[in-house]
Amino acid sequence: MEWNFEPGIPIYSQIIDELTMRIARGEYALGEKLPSVRELALEAGVNPNTVQKALSEMERSGLVYTERTSGRFVSREKKIMEKLRSNLAEKYIEEFLEKLTGIGMDKKEIKEAVMERLKEV
Amino acid sequence: MALVETKNITKSFGSNFALKDINLSIESGQIVGLLGPNGSGKTTLIKLMMGLLQPDMGSIRIEGNEPGVETKKISAYLPDRIVLPSYMTTEQLIRMNADFFDDFNESKAVEMAKSLNLDFGQTMQKMSKGTKEKLQLILTMSREAKLYLLDEPIGGVDPATRDYILRTIITNYSEDAAVIISTHLIQDVESIIDDVIFINRGETVLHKSAEEIREENNKSVDELFREVFKC
Repeated sequence: MEWNFEPGIPIYSQIIDELTMRIARGEYALGEKLPSVRELALEAGVNPNTVQKALSEMERSGLVYTERTSGRFVSREKKIMEKLRSNLAEKYIEEFLEKLTGIGMDKKEIKEAVMERLKEV
Repeated sequence: MALVETKNITKSFGSNFALKDINLSIESGQIVGLLGPNGSGKTTLIKLMMGLLQPDMGSIRIEGNEPGVETKKISAYLPDRIVLPSYMTTEQLIRMNADFFDDFNESKAVEMAKSLNLDFGQTMQKMSKGTKEKLQLILTMSREAKLYLLDEPIGGVDPATRDYILRTIITNYSEDAAVIISTHLIQDVESIIDDVIFINRGETVLHKSAEEIREENNKSVDELFREVFKC
């Protein structure tokens, strides 16, 4: 089976995370049609009901929308995409800060280290 | 109306209780994991649903009917052991099943047999244990049934075949059908089941959605199982 799921976390929320990442990375472009529930279920190795639940949730948040006869599409709205990216960025920064403060770095040290590293990019 | 309803089923063999007061309701469109340690009553429950055993007390209804001729038309059963005649070949068995069941999809069976590299001219007695199991599963899953009762479908096959079987169950999934899978290999079915039934010493100890279990306990179904059934 293809996708690896963390134990103890609902699978639908892990599917949402994966699909959201794909959209953020542009693997599914704005306005692009998503694979069908069955295709995604097969790819992920999960129950189609679970994929359905994940997609309905994403629909509620506006990231995807359904066209009655032709399937599900990624939202065309730039605003939603911008929001998605800033949410993800926030999440990564949070994780990053947690790790650095975890090894005893203070704000100043973190800032210096980041600035130094950015010079190389 | 639920597809399968059991009310207060009790079954004993001699002085041993196999099942005690089982009340279940299973809807169409669901894949249900019937999970329990060896000897917990999983096979007995499935055999009762197939009408191969009679309960001592209580009742079973499948689409409103008692297990019998009508319910067998819509139930596809995979027994926990090999039951096919050993002198028959893959091809003959596919034909026989096509003759026997109205809902048997012969082209699907042929296609599955090809993907799993079965030899159409080989007789059962010349097949390995795993191959026999594959063929038996193909014959079960090629029916367009409303209720699939799969008793340990992944017990004796290799990991590649196991993946194929699980994919087959997902592909076959229909809103009109329910699939009941009995197994103790929970990790393997964890991601494809909607509902979980834990059964222990003939009693249901839990009937819940798999996602709810993960959400409420922060544990996988497998982890919860190991905890509940710790030896």
